[in-house]
Amino acid sequence: MTDQAFLQYVQSGGQVETTDWMPDDYRAKLVKFIEMHGNSELMGVLPEREWILRAPTLQRKLALTAKVQDEVGHSQLIYRVVEDLGKPREQCLADLISGKSKFHNVFHYPTKTWGDVGVIAWLVDAAAIISQKALLKCSYAPYARIMKKICWEESFHILHGRDVVLTMMNGTGEQRELVQEAVTRWWGPLMQFHGNPIAKDEDPMYVWRIKSQGNEEARQQFLDGYVPQIWELGLTVPDPKLRKNDDGVWEYSEPDWDELKHVVTGHGPKTQERLEFRRTFLEQEAWVRSVVLAQAA
Amino acid sequence: MIYEVFRQEKKGSAFAHAGSVEAPDITFAQAFAHEQYGRRQESEALWVVPRDAIHEVHDFYDELHKTYHRVDGYPLKEKLRVARERAGTARDR
Repeated sequence: MTDQAFLQYVQSGGQVETTDWMPDDYRAKLVKFIEMHGNSELMGVLPEREWILRAPTLQRKLALTAKVQDEVGHSQLIYRVVEDLGKPREQCLADLISGKSKFHNVFHYPTKTWGDVGVIAWLVDAAAIISQKALLKCSYAPYARIMKKICWEESFHILHGRDVVLTMMNGTGEQRELVQEAVTRWWGPLMQFHGNPIAKDEDPMYVWRIKSQGNEEARQQFLDGYVPQIWELGLTVPDPKLRKNDDGVWEYSEPDWDELKHVVTGHGPKTQERLEFRRTFLEQEAWVRSVVLAQAA
Repeated sequence: MIYEVFRQEKKGSAFAHAGSVEAPDITFAQAFAHEQYGRRQESEALWVVPRDAIHEVHDFYDELHKTYHRVDGYPLKEKLRVARERAGTARDR
């Protein structure tokens, strides 16, 4: 098969298995994209982990711990897919902690209050699930298949987040302020989350049908689904231009693309601290891996 | 080692491929599969199989168009119409 025939195959909805022939560029793009997703699941637990010991009730502590376990499980599933494409998990972890590979912008920021926990689980997960649902149609079938399980688990994470937010909104004025302050602080990173509005036909991830929708399409879907849910609680969004036009398209102030670039290239407020944390644990637990592997050998 | 995991969703239903886990041995593989594919009671049972034990077979050709062993080899509609006419049992539909 030629690269051109392969491109036509995936563009007409064809799916590819691990053992099928694929162009080198397709394989490289898959590894880059899927590895970044795996990194994001793994790094994404760190902001939430900070709140396990400070959760307000036992129920919340259990739910948060379970969510952290789910996200780490997702990173294991995703790294397995990358591994079958030729890049071992150890190499993915090494590239993550050395800063060579990237992870999602939203996981580079601090969590300041319990309000952040609700807003992350509700809105950050909502933004993520929009991208992940679009991956159910990924041209690479093993990735599309694990996305089913991931989307299923993400659906309760959103409910958990919404439940945290609703409980706080039905609480005291001080609690409502915590939620509002968190929404205000997270709005910028949320608007950057789906990436710059590059035309989908120029986005190599769309061209290869790794993604099934363009960045702006995903952002519009997020705004359409969640802005009304934010507003109905009496919360505000810090963008005076935000409105839905008569043609159904949401208008908004240009997100700060320089901030996005700066943050994902390793310069976010918490980037280095969180990578250092991963590095420490990887080293600290190296002996466990060597004992287990020695015993199995 | 890579182990493939097959999941049975309900008693009586077929085991379907769920995904894979990487583990140093079968004991760890079973524990990982249990956490990854069954901790929410979404499975009735799992099969955990070393990937090397799976032999894939594909390339199924049908050069001779052997429709006689498939349902699409038996389009009866037209013959039935003729037979009903012959027998005088044709109904207006």
